[in-house]
Amino acid sequence: MGRFSWVRFLAVLRKEFLHIRRDRASLIMAIAMPIGMLLLFGYAVNTDVDHLSTVVWDQSQTADSREFITSIRNTQYLDPDAFVQGYLQIEGYLDSGKARVAVIIPPDFGKELQRDNGQADVQILVDGSDPTIARAAMSAVQMLGLNKSLEVQGVRLAAKGATAGTNMPLNIETRVWYNPDMKSMVFNIPALIGLILQNVIAMLTSFSIVREKERGTMEQVVVTPIRSLELLLGKLLPFVFIGFVSLTLILATGIFWFGVMPAGSIPLLVLLSTIFLFTILAIGLLISSIARTQLQAMQMTFILILPSILLSGFIFPRETMPIFLKILGGLFPLTYFLEIVRGIFLKGVGMEYLWQDTLILCGFAIILVGIAAKKFKKNLD
Amino acid sequence: MNLAIDCQGLVKRFGTYTAVQGVSFQLPAGAIMGFVGPNGAGKTTLIRMLCGVLVPTEGRATVLGYDVLTQPEEIKQRIGYMSQKFSLYDDLTVRENLDFYAGVYSLHGKMAQEQKTRVIERIGLVERTSQLVSSLSGGWKQRVALACALLHSPQLLILDEPTAGVDPVSRRIFLDLIHQLAKEGMTILVSTHYMDEAATCDYLGFVFYGYLIAFGSPDEMKEKEAKENLDDLFIYYVENEAADDPRNLALKKGGRG
Repeated sequence: MGRFSWVRFLAVLRKEFLHIRRDRASLIMAIAMPIGMLLLFGYAVNTDVDHLSTVVWDQSQTADSREFITSIRNTQYLDPDAFVQGYLQIEGYLDSGKARVAVIIPPDFGKELQRDNGQADVQILVDGSDPTIARAAMSAVQMLGLNKSLEVQGVRLAAKGATAGTNMPLNIETRVWYNPDMKSMVFNIPALIGLILQNVIAMLTSFSIVREKERGTMEQVVVTPIRSLELLLGKLLPFVFIGFVSLTLILATGIFWFGVMPAGSIPLLVLLSTIFLFTILAIGLLISSIARTQLQAMQMTFILILPSILLSGFIFPRETMPIFLKILGGLFPLTYFLEIVRGIFLKGVGMEYLWQDTLILCGFAIILVGIAAKKFKKNLD
Repeated sequence: MNLAIDCQGLVKRFGTYTAVQGVSFQLPAGAIMGFVGPNGAGKTTLIRMLCGVLVPTEGRATVLGYDVLTQPEEIKQRIGYMSQKFSLYDDLTVRENLDFYAGVYSLHGKMAQEQKTRVIERIGLVERTSQLVSSLSGGWKQRVALACALLHSPQLLILDEPTAGVDPVSRRIFLDLIHQLAKEGMTILVSTHYMDEAATCDYLGFVFYGYLIAFGSPDEMKEKEAKENLDDLFIYYVENEAADDPRNLALKKGGRG
């Protein structure tokens, strides 16, 4: 009954843009929130462990011990800046958190290194309260110890004239692909595109419709000849637009500020982001059909946001999750979009590897938009 | 006779609760009809069914010759509606609200411009067009709402308690406007709690517990039950029709004491 009317649709569209322009909170949310979140996450969610404050008790005070301390500094993982005498002081440093790692070099360190077939001991104390930090510190010093040992061993063997022994029997060459510097920022920033789009757009969309219910303006709109499709498109399109503005902002900040260049195709990224955007719009629409007030809508959005951060693979790898949580995480469109966006950004892959995630995302989009549109229409009638 | 509204046995149930139980009446075009009745009597539900917004559970009704069940869009294009709660956009100006409703009623271009100018002059909003609706007083807000409802020159104007919470002066201005519109041939259906408003209607309907318990001109109705004024008539109906209504008990108690 009745055809789609451009006049009615444009009237809604114009009105929505006026609302957004008048509502400072929405504007801030649409523009400042993406950038703010990006800066916040870009700097704070940094799982790179380096430059840990380190306290040193050098009882040897020899050229060898000083050289050892320098090589500790050269690893970049530890900053041996504090020098103390005695365990009591070390304990103070670790207890207070002023140092994460303590290096204790015994008095005979230099002597043992120089002595033929001697073995110098070094004690490392690690603050294990944060396992990530402890693990990083431990592997750094172990690697250092191994390298140092080999170096000294080589010198000793060479001194004996055994040139054959200086070559290592096994040489493992490692190459890290996609993110060679293993920077967590490179891993996190693409994922933030998904997270920020999800948070901002779901909230703004649900707000814009719930607001009409809350203020009673919907009551007047339903007695007009407007069709639900015209109203729906008119209300959603501004948020597609805002979604693209947010996406551009995030991409630009990621590329120009953080220097995280996408390895793959940006048009593909934008295309797949659009599909993701539709699933988010539908989620916002669903929230608005259940929520009666903006406060409820906000709470519901948070119910979506919190688990999606934890379960989508944004921070914790999904591979190690228990099967139940893994399935739960699979219910969030964000999970699949993260695969896509990281694939494009980090690996530079195209549809040949992403078609599965894309298909699932399309499925989400169709189902969610279908349900949301139906519920929206029913609410209107 | 040309009928603006013709409803036959309208029933609306929400689950097990019946809000409207078999309402029938016929309203000739060009008349003013008032719905009176206590809060929760089913006036708003009845009105919403006539607007084509709520689907009746039983019965049928035609509004301006269109069936509420099958042609709600035709009805919506030809009626103007104003709800008891102010429901325009607070964060838009008067003109922006008018622009929006003009568009929603498919008015565009020169036609839209003419209609807006006509309504703005008619309702006396000329100096207010660029003002944000949130900055207007209650009486002015109601006039803006009326302006939006008149943009598309509706044949039937439905007003659901339009003057609730409006000061007496604004109420007077508002009522005068309504009567002028009726004189020009518009049919008007208005629900109200004010008996002085009801007295000026051509037809009255008493709605009570979902029933239309009386329908006719004010004078006819007073005569029929031999009551001096509409207030007495109203109380008489409540006493008669629902002896166990808490309002009724309170009324009787007050009367004795």
